[in-house]
Amino acid sequence: MAMACIVGAALLLLVSGTPGLVFSRRSNYSERISVALVALAALYGVGGCVSLLLGGQAQQLVVAGYLPIGALVLRADAVAVVFLLPIFVISLCGALYGLRYWPQRQQPRNGRKLRLCYGILAGSMALVVLAADAVLFIVVWEMMAVAGYFLITTEDDKAAVRQAGYVYIVATHLGTAALLVMFILLEQMGGSLVFPAMHSLVATPLAGVVFVLALFGFGSKAGLMPLHLWLPGGHGSAPAHVSAILSGVMIKTGIYGLVRVSGFFVAPPPWWGWLLLVMGVVSAVMGVVFAIAQHDIKRLLAYHSVENIGIIAMGLGLALLGRSYHLPVLAALGLAGALLHVVNHSLFKSLLFYCAGAVIHATGTQEIDRYGGLIKTMPKTALLFVGAAVAICGLPPLNGFVSEWFIYLGFFRAVQHSSIAVTLSALLAPALALVGGLAVACFVKVFGITFLGAPRSRQAGDGHEAAALMLWPMAFIMLVCVLIGVMPVLVKALLGPALAAWGIDAVTLPQMFAHARLDAVGGCAAALLALVLLVAGGLRWQRRRHVQQRGATWGCGYQFATARIQYTASSFAELLVGMFSWGLLPHREQPRINGVLPEPTAFCSHTPDVVLDRLVLPAASRFAAACATVRHYLQHGILGIYILYMAAALALLLVVAGGW
Amino acid sequence: MADILLHNLLLLLLAPLLPGVIGKTKAFFAGRKGAPLLQLYYDLARLARKGMVVSDTTSWVFFAGPVLALAVPLLAGQFLPFGALAAPLSFNGDALVYVYMFGLLRFFTASAALDTGSPFEGMGAAREVSYAALLEPGILLVLLVLGRLAGDFSLQGMLSSATLSASWHGSEVALGLITAALLVVVLAENARIPVDDPNTHLELTMIHEVMVLDHSGPALGLIEYGSALKLWLTGALVIQLVVPLLLPPQLGASALTAAFVVGQMLLAVIIGVIESAMARLSLPRIPALIIGAGLLAAFALVLVLR
Repeated sequence: MAMACIVGAALLLLVSGTPGLVFSRRSNYSERISVALVALAALYGVGGCVSLLLGGQAQQLVVAGYLPIGALVLRADAVAVVFLLPIFVISLCGALYGLRYWPQRQQPRNGRKLRLCYGILAGSMALVVLAADAVLFIVVWEMMAVAGYFLITTEDDKAAVRQAGYVYIVATHLGTAALLVMFILLEQMGGSLVFPAMHSLVATPLAGVVFVLALFGFGSKAGLMPLHLWLPGGHGSAPAHVSAILSGVMIKTGIYGLVRVSGFFVAPPPWWGWLLLVMGVVSAVMGVVFAIAQHDIKRLLAYHSVENIGIIAMGLGLALLGRSYHLPVLAALGLAGALLHVVNHSLFKSLLFYCAGAVIHATGTQEIDRYGGLIKTMPKTALLFVGAAVAICGLPPLNGFVSEWFIYLGFFRAVQHSSIAVTLSALLAPALALVGGLAVACFVKVFGITFLGAPRSRQAGDGHEAAALMLWPMAFIMLVCVLIGVMPVLVKALLGPALAAWGIDAVTLPQMFAHARLDAVGGCAAALLALVLLVAGGLRWQRRRHVQQRGATWGCGYQFATARIQYTASSFAELLVGMFSWGLLPHREQPRINGVLPEPTAFCSHTPDVVLDRLVLPAASRFAAACATVRHYLQHGILGIYILYMAAALALLLVVAGGW
Repeated sequence: MADILLHNLLLLLLAPLLPGVIGKTKAFFAGRKGAPLLQLYYDLARLARKGMVVSDTTSWVFFAGPVLALAVPLLAGQFLPFGALAAPLSFNGDALVYVYMFGLLRFFTASAALDTGSPFEGMGAAREVSYAALLEPGILLVLLVLGRLAGDFSLQGMLSSATLSASWHGSEVALGLITAALLVVVLAENARIPVDDPNTHLELTMIHEVMVLDHSGPALGLIEYGSALKLWLTGALVIQLVVPLLLPPQLGASALTAAFVVGQMLLAVIIGVIESAMARLSLPRIPALIIGAGLLAAFALVLVLR
């Protein structure tokens, strides 16, 4: 029953955009029908997930023999549920939000395309998580990738958007190529294209190749640091609710793949965990550092996805180390942190993108330096944004803290071990602390420059609050964030079965939850909220009691300050960008100021992506140029030479055929 | 119950004494008479009775800073043992709640500063969050060392005098290193010389003080009281760490607590001496100091892992 609900929901999502094919481009019926379909799918999907968790058993569905590729196997277990829940919930929130953010009547050119592909993306993501054989997996994986391409290029009349889409489609296909090879190797090891059971394969040297290929293929989808090429441009170009589902949910399918594939093997060698841990640290630190240097609000949020994927990878790396060294509690803590962060990040990152969309809708620009003072015109969006910012920085009392806390507990578990090989991993824990501190810096910057102070441009001054239909899904997500933060005991029902499905045994689970006291953390969060309310009430009472004067901000005696003297995003980030310039390689145009009465001049700074813009794109264009040179030598346009080539090729083939 | 009450009374009543002690020490070195020891108490009472001047640019975020400035130390104080007084709240991993709550406080202090739209306060906010981000790994390394030595990951377990006096035999060097690192943390977190000068008169060179320029009346009172509590709480880490080394382990409970309180006052004197003896570092050199402290803690971790 549960399985039927979930698969039905996935198929319903898949076709939810099709009403647009029938209705005219000026009609708004199609969007309403498709939102209703998505809502129905979400209802069924969440219901199915809950009943699966309550039932406690993994369920399987085999679609037998109508296809030349053999039976298709779908399987839902608790690990899948962790990824399915965000897919269903965020799809619905995004669809509702899109009703006002990208209405058909205002976007007749691409509204129907967007909804069609949105449905295909959501449905194929659910199927990716459900697929339990390689053929089905690759098919739905490709559907997801292609739907993602059309969503990123929604506004394909802009050159930058087409460029971002191109980078995405190349990156995702390189990843798929690696996955194809990986699945063939898995088939060699397990003897079947159906996924092997958890912990059923022995970690031979060939398994190492499988892991590296999985890391490349899934890592490029997830956006682990050197493989994150497509992420900043892709998420920056798509409409906000699409960026939300791409960044909050789609990239997690890469994490899902890593969790799934690494679970196939008994006792993976330690270097798997180490590799993942180190890549996680690099992603997390460099992701947040690049985020700090950005001026474009959506590019900045995209880099934060790289950071959070890094944190998830650190948790997963710890879990693998725990498996390698037979430390079940360490494995459980790491995996619990990683899985909970998957859920948490899908919530607060979607919320941040929705807020960014509302801000862009109100001001018409993505440049943070053009915002300012938006809390006056959009107070509700500002409140939701600050909540999501606190959550993504991993600060109590919200949900982001709980998942990072699990990972920290994992590190502390590791540092108490007697073997140096395990304890060394604790040396990477400070990186997580650095990431936390830098994330605070980054989100103080975004929140402060965007919403606080005085408006820096006319558009920012004339902003307007987001529509109610956009605010409701956002408020719902915020509520879930608060709920997980204040009552983390709730997630035990989700994490317990998921950890068990990944092969954490029944003895370890209660040990782990006794070690990680979720009730205590939740109690602290609640106490903090209560204290804040108490002190705020006291301050309010004081302000009522005494006269309060309004005045201008202190300007050191200067009375005629304008909004232009405020700190900007670039000046706020300047210290940290300077400290990390060895990795960021920022580009600055700083004219020299000469003389007593200098000419008017301009300063600008910009931080391109080091891997994409300084490494891959130049290398690719060099390679293309080299190929062009070779072609220039080979192609003369003389018929005789072409016939000579054919004769030479024929002779070569004969030699090869004869030799064999 | 009585212990919990005493624990909180110590925190709430004695914390404002520390800035007074620092001030007296500095006055002694400068050959002045200095402000009374209880000056901060007078100031707080005065500020509580005042009205406020609020900038037109500000919103509710402007008041979130002062509110958290009090709320966060109040809760964070519950995780720390003071001498023989056990922490009222203690569980595995509470050390992270302690550290991250101060992160929350920093988020809103810096946001409140940006809320005024003043370039000076923006400058202060940028410096505060940048340097604090560098400080964070050092704090975590200190916690890792303590957690490894105590085999426990609650602040109560890490800092109880029984475990620490055992640890001081055998891991003197590591604990010495992290004491030094923690001292830098205390100076940096509480905006003291050599990282920041609380008494400077030039907004351009400030870090922490400039962020609260626009706060006045009861809001300023909350901030001042909150910083005194924070000074007490960060100082408590150092004192709790050092007391078991300096005193015999078979000391009674009340003597241990008394030693803790005296230690806090001595730490305030030491901070006063540091502030009198040296000038503030130039801003570009502050990261070197902070990262240096982190490296000391990293050495300590390597020593205890060996």
